[in-house]
Amino acid sequence: MAAHTITFTVNGAPETALVHSHTTLLAFLREQLGLTGTKNGCSTGECGACTVLLNGEPVNACLVLAVEIDGAELVTVEGLAHDGQLEPLQQAFIDHTGTQCGFCTPGILIAARALLNRNPDPTEAEIKDALRGNLCRCTGYMRIIDAVKDAARTGG
Amino acid sequence: MSAAPKVTPTAPSMLAMPSPGLPPFDYVRVNHPGKVVRLLLEHGDNARLLMGGTDIFVQMRDGVLAPQIVIDLKRLPGMTNIRYDPARGLTVGAAVSMNALAAHPAVIAHYPLLVQAVETVASYQLRSRATMGGNLCNASPAADTAPAALVLETRCVAWGPDGERVIPVKDFFLGVRRTALQPGEFLARIEIPTPPDGWAGRYIKLGRNAGGDLAIVGVAVMGYPDHSTSSGYRFKVALASVAPTPIRVPEAEAILSANPITEDLLAQAARAAEDTAKPIDDLRGSARYRKAMTRNLARRALDDVWHELRKER
Ligand SMILES: Cc1cc2nc3c(=O)[nH]c(=O)nc-3n(C[C@H](O)[C@H](O)[C@H](O)COP(=O)(O)OP(=O)(O)OC[C@H]3O[C@@H](n4cnc5c(N)ncnc54)[C@H](O)[C@@H]3O)c2cc1C
Ligand code: FES
Ligand code: FES
Repeated sequence: MAAHTITFTVNGAPETALVHSHTTLLAFLREQLGLTGTKNGCSTGECGACTVLLNGEPVNACLVLAVEIDGAELVTVEGLAHDGQLEPLQQAFIDHTGTQCGFCTPGILIAARALLNRNPDPTEAEIKDALRGNLCRCTGYMRIIDAVKDAARTGG
Repeated sequence: MSAAPKVTPTAPSMLAMPSPGLPPFDYVRVNHPGKVVRLLLEHGDNARLLMGGTDIFVQMRDGVLAPQIVIDLKRLPGMTNIRYDPARGLTVGAAVSMNALAAHPAVIAHYPLLVQAVETVASYQLRSRATMGGNLCNASPAADTAPAALVLETRCVAWGPDGERVIPVKDFFLGVRRTALQPGEFLARIEIPTPPDGWAGRYIKLGRNAGGDLAIVGVAVMGYPDHSTSSGYRFKVALASVAPTPIRVPEAEAILSANPITEDLLAQAARAAEDTAKPIDDLRGSARYRKAMTRNLARRALDDVWHELRKER
């Protein structure tokens, strides 16, 4: 069973780590780096709870190998807030009660962040489409969509 | 007589808890095509090729696959390139992500059918990783890019022990998860010729929900003016999820070039698609439902394409 040394940045900080071939990025983040904001819902690409930004693009961390992030830039939900300030999208989720149990929230924040990065002024249909891969058992989605719209409106 | 040992039952909910890990294997990243061929020949069925991993990692977790070595081809030269040239068409490296493909200006301008097909797959984040190459190589009957690849007469370019080999996509799928790739071969790129002037295309997918569920039925249609046929047009029709492999429907295509196009003829062609479909019952739909939906969706896709074609005249 081979181990590999990988170098990458996570939430802006450069890191080097030793990982097994078969360690997923999700397991690596949660169990090796202790970044437990990223959640494991299904481990099979269905629920989106594990969504993180890999070189700026949202990916399902459960279907990426840790060794594949060698040389890459990662952003997890822990990297959204800066200097003790929530980012506007996070604040909008609070303002609109876009979160209840919160299990889906980190993945949805990341998927929504990625949407607003590539399309700062999305339509409701575009928001729904961008969040198609994120399941939420609590909110009924409408408040999540409202939160994303609001964040877009306020330039978040 | 000793008492029966006390067994503490494991709660089913604990057994069902997904683990974020995968079974052990060795990961190898290769930079040279010759090395891939060597590794494939050396390890045979114990080796598995990796693009986006959205199929193999799920299959490994389900216990369907248990490779000892996973070979990552994404950093081979040319694997992530997209090139367009009006004379030669579109060349897509096997490791180009679906999002990169659907966002490429030449693909948006010249292959809207491909964009439509790609955008029916799963979710945006899955498509950051998933590739069209992996979609074709996985050879699922439900592969959403396969019907579009079939009607666009795509060529799969393989690399192997004897160098390059071109496999027309119509000969690429041999059965469920079986392709025409030989031992030691891998898919290097996909070549899609420039379709004839004035063409129009449509992919319609029926899933269990409006999002990215696997297709219950998928129908791709493309058509273009062709003065050599009696109808003045030529159509190509392909289906997903209604046979062991994605398939073309030559019967429907023949009907649509032999006679002037009317409502009735479009209906006949849609019935031919239904007749060609040989679906199975599974958790996503019964065979009977799939056949009926094949006719409905084929009719809708044909209507849409026919509408486009007449608009352009
Ligand atoms: C939640 C979820 C939803 C999905 N929804 C859809 C959907 O709506 N429609 C759909 O069509 N698919 C769907 N899929 C399946 C999958 O995402 C697609 O088939 C995807 O295109 C596979 O591409 P990949 O790059 O991830 O392939 P990989 O998993 O990397 O590879 C796929 C297969 O091809 C082989 N392979 C990889 N590269 C090569 C190569 N260069 N040469 C030869 N063989 C190779 C691999 O060994 C493997 O067997 C879904 C999957 C998940 C997890
Ligand atoms: S845990 Fe990755 S998509 Fe559900
Ligand atoms: S808030 Fe509970 S799953 Fe979304």
